[in-house]
Amino acid sequence: MYSNAKINEKIAFGLLKIATGMVVAFVLVILYYIISNGYSAISLDFITEMPRNRMTEGGIYPAIMGTTYLIIGSMAVALPLGMLSAIYLTEYAKPSKTTWAIEMAISNLAGTPSVVFGLFGLAMFVKYLGFGPSILSASLTLALLILPVIIRASQEALLTVPKEYREASLALGVTKWETIRRVVLPAAIPGMITGAILSIGRVAGETAPILLTGAAYFLPRLPDSIYSEFMALPYHLYVLATSGTSIAQTRPIQYGTALILLIIVLCVNLVAVTLRTHYRNKLKR
Amino acid sequence: MPEIYDNGTEIEVKNLNLWYGDNHALHDISIDIPKNSVTAFIGPSGCGKSTFLRCFNRMNDLIPNCRIEGHVSIDQEDIYAKETDVVDLRKRVGMVFQKPNPFPMSIFDNIAYGPKIHGMGKKEMPRIVEHALKSGALWEETSDRLDTSALDLSGGQQQRLCIARTLAVKPEVILFDEPCSALDPISTGKIEDLIMELKKDYTIVIVTHNMQQAARISDYTAFFLLGDLIEFGKTNQIFENPQQKETEDYITGRFG
Repeated sequence: MYSNAKINEKIAFGLLKIATGMVVAFVLVILYYIISNGYSAISLDFITEMPRNRMTEGGIYPAIMGTTYLIIGSMAVALPLGMLSAIYLTEYAKPSKTTWAIEMAISNLAGTPSVVFGLFGLAMFVKYLGFGPSILSASLTLALLILPVIIRASQEALLTVPKEYREASLALGVTKWETIRRVVLPAAIPGMITGAILSIGRVAGETAPILLTGAAYFLPRLPDSIYSEFMALPYHLYVLATSGTSIAQTRPIQYGTALILLIIVLCVNLVAVTLRTHYRNKLKR
Repeated sequence: MPEIYDNGTEIEVKNLNLWYGDNHALHDISIDIPKNSVTAFIGPSGCGKSTFLRCFNRMNDLIPNCRIEGHVSIDQEDIYAKETDVVDLRKRVGMVFQKPNPFPMSIFDNIAYGPKIHGMGKKEMPRIVEHALKSGALWEETSDRLDTSALDLSGGQQQRLCIARTLAVKPEVILFDEPCSALDPISTGKIEDLIMELKKDYTIVIVTHNMQQAARISDYTAFFLLGDLIEFGKTNQIFENPQQKETEDYITGRFG
């Protein structure tokens, strides 16, 4: 005889299992679809050559490099800025109306559609600051886009550092800043890197903001400075899949591009995860 | 209550009042704590003894809405004066907490942490660490594994590490906030022996829940109740011949 509670438990676990299974199934289906369709397009030439013949042949080298530059550029801006403001907000700022307003602004920023960031980037970086449509404008725009994610993740990470560590350090006559630098930050870095990992995928995949701030339809060369226009994988994919006369013909290239995009995100994330594990182990040592 | 001590007075408190917001937590406390001796603060939970202890190294500064009035001087220096540097004060007045709180670093780095930040050179560090660990009665157990994580030590060893870490900064006063409440009896015994040893060189104030502990290791005992200092005197007098009814009730176990 099963009691009601036991039956309920079985039902609950069953539902949880089904939900998890569905999520995994979706991911597998998407992966299978992209890999099976894109596999044939992948070759060394595909990732090292320029597009040819109105992008119906050749490789996607400039788009790969463009996306790589965007990841590096936006991370270089957003990571330090986000981590430092998180430190200020968590460790120094006293609760006040201003702090509350800043926190609200960050939350709202996180929920703002990316095309709005694109418009802002166009007005601010491309036009007003005169950077033109360029890697610089697009990187800065993407940096703003991921800033809330990085700040939130960093704040969470700082808050999980036990109060005892801070007390121990302060009680030894160590200043607050040294305490943060030598005790709090090392313990919070792994969590902060998690925020970075989440952001990398977004930066690599966003299309709307870069469309407005410097991504080129077609550019048969690499950008030669941060003020140059560039090609990027998600926009290239969009162009191949929606415009032109040879949509069906370029199908393998489209899937190949998607596959490369996934692989890049995966590789960058692997680096980040390795880094995070390194810092975690350092704490346990 | 002011008393002339053989070794002189280390901490002098006059009319100290403390509020957490509207909650008046400590009422008009005055006490003179003697140098190079062990003074115990006893009393039931919530009597304010830990709060009072944290006035001596200004850890209460970290609590928002905490307000303090009155006078506290350590070695005749007003520690709440405007020109007092809290960071310097905490170098002079070390603290060991209830829960052992080593940093997630190696044993060596835990001890070297304070001296390094206070500007000691790398070359002197091994000597400083060895000296601190010896004074903390932990050297023999750890000398062969200084580079392993402090978190792998037992609770009692961790607490002795925290004491050694405090000693490495060379304080004058060491505050112990219920240092044995998370430890087993054997570890507790080791810490008590250590405290009695340390009083030769340091002034020690210890908050404890454990009356036997206060009776065993302290020279002077102060009894607190609901934010008031009820009675303060030589430990044997407090335990054998308390002057106040509340003290007697507490010590004989009628409440608390």
